[in-house]
Amino acid sequence: MADITDTNVHTTTSATTRRPKRIRWDHIGDHAVLIAGALLMLVPVYMVFATSSWDAITVHREGMQFGFGDQLVENYNAALLEYGGFTDSVNGLTMLGNSLILGLGFAIGKIIVGMMAAYAIVYFRLKFATLAFWMIFTTLLLPLEVRILPSYEVISWMNLGNTYTGLIVPLIASATATFFFRQFFRSIPEELIEAARIDGAGPVKFFIDILVPLSKTMIAAMFIIMFVFGWNQYLWPTLITTDESLFTLVRGIRQIVQSYADGSETPDYGQAAALAIIAMTPPVLIVVFFQNWFVKGLTESDK
Amino acid sequence: MKRAAFGHIGFPILLLLPQLVIIAIFFYWPAAYAVQSSFYAQDMFGFTSTFVGLENYTRLAGATNYVNALNFTVIFTVLVTFFSLTIALLLAVKADKVIRGAKTYRTLLMWVYAIAPPVAGLIGVMLFDQSRGNLTQFLASFGYEFRLGVNYWDTASAMIAVSVWKQIPVNFIFFLSGLQAIPRSVREAALIDNRSGTSRFWDITFPLLAPTGFFLLIINITYSLFDTFGIIDTLVKSEPGNNPLTLVYRVYVDGFRGGDLGGSSAQSVVLMILVLILTIVQFRFLERRIHYT
Repeated sequence: MADITDTNVHTTTSATTRRPKRIRWDHIGDHAVLIAGALLMLVPVYMVFATSSWDAITVHREGMQFGFGDQLVENYNAALLEYGGFTDSVNGLTMLGNSLILGLGFAIGKIIVGMMAAYAIVYFRLKFATLAFWMIFTTLLLPLEVRILPSYEVISWMNLGNTYTGLIVPLIASATATFFFRQFFRSIPEELIEAARIDGAGPVKFFIDILVPLSKTMIAAMFIIMFVFGWNQYLWPTLITTDESLFTLVRGIRQIVQSYADGSETPDYGQAAALAIIAMTPPVLIVVFFQNWFVKGLTESDK
Repeated sequence: MKRAAFGHIGFPILLLLPQLVIIAIFFYWPAAYAVQSSFYAQDMFGFTSTFVGLENYTRLAGATNYVNALNFTVIFTVLVTFFSLTIALLLAVKADKVIRGAKTYRTLLMWVYAIAPPVAGLIGVMLFDQSRGNLTQFLASFGYEFRLGVNYWDTASAMIAVSVWKQIPVNFIFFLSGLQAIPRSVREAALIDNRSGTSRFWDITFPLLAPTGFFLLIINITYSLFDTFGIIDTLVKSEPGNNPLTLVYRVYVDGFRGGDLGGSSAQSVVLMILVLILTIVQFRFLERRIHYT
């Protein structure tokens, strides 16, 4: 951080006086640091992608590859459609479907439940609203990882193991979305509800016709963050789904790693890399394409 | 609550019900159950359990593998937090400064946020693999034999490297938005007063970024404690053995592999207290920030 220099001053002077261009070493330095950072992020994933186009034996002998091989289509085909590659009864497509169900179910469930609760807390004169808020808010304190074994026991008692309900609903039991929407609702001007009430709008009409349209951006931001969070869940799906037909892609990664660990036969590295690429593509695309909403949602949540 | 709030009673309760039912069943019940079972010992088959008071806790304090995990967790958390914060701060300061390509750099530096920890772990496994990992071979050309899963500190370094890599984007996003929130007038005033970029950074930018930094400190500690599970699990290939493990991983290993409900619950309770302390610190601070900014 040693060379934070005067970008603004220099750009303006050079623009007005048109002096001959000097080489701006500090600018080059800035770009060099940023390019190094970008490469640090890109190269490992690029290598996985390149490796996903090679046959298992080459990778087994030489490690991950920089160039492209000729097995690209075959590997992705096998990773998506072949049964019994890493697991016996699922293929990549089933896992992709399960990941989508988990990501969408989690995001939509959390937004609906959270918005409803936040609406009740902010817009109603309710005696126990504060108590309810603190009860909900406390859940922010203890992540699922901390209470993992008792949560698992509760799910077993309720016979919810190996069900989508058991997979998704316990993950919703934290108040991030509720808290987020509460903050947002509180920032909406008071006059809005006053005007709506003068016009005779009831609570349902106010919510659907005014609050939901106003919250569109917030909902989008929350959706992206929650979808990525749900899609990327690992520990909970690992415990709850022992039935392979319910495996998500991220859960399937564990299978790959274990076939690595066994070492009895050459694991299909190319296919493993292909599956890793398939597992990361949807959330990465969402974050990249909707990055303005995503960044807004992420940074607003700390206020 | 708004001044012109609705006066209904039944409807808001109906709205709150789903959230309250879910947290009652999947949060309060398990949390209470964890506290309760931390005072009991179960027999091998889980048929009977007897009240043992604080024995599960005292057993933890004496267990070498727990103390090892505690020590490692502290080292791991400090290093991951330090490196991911400093690298991200450097990148954010540069990204805030450049004009050409600013948006491209932002995208290139944040997209890794979307990669799941175990997928990042798998990349780590392939890079650090003992016989064919690319980084292992690179290190071997300097005469260093990197042995993932065999050498304790080699495994630890791989865990830290992957965890830092995965966390840089989050820190970068927050630092960058913190930097962009610094008013233009402040920057320009500082520019007139002080020509040295370095001292301007430490005197003006850094203090103004402190709230973001403190918030990120808590976020990073929480991340190192809990969210790195997937990275650690893939890097040790689900075989804990003699590998370095964090406290959360021990909760999992003792509870699910060892079948020690009491011990695992006691560890959960210890972690709960730890998180509680962190949160209290965070809130005391947040209150202060509301006053001063």
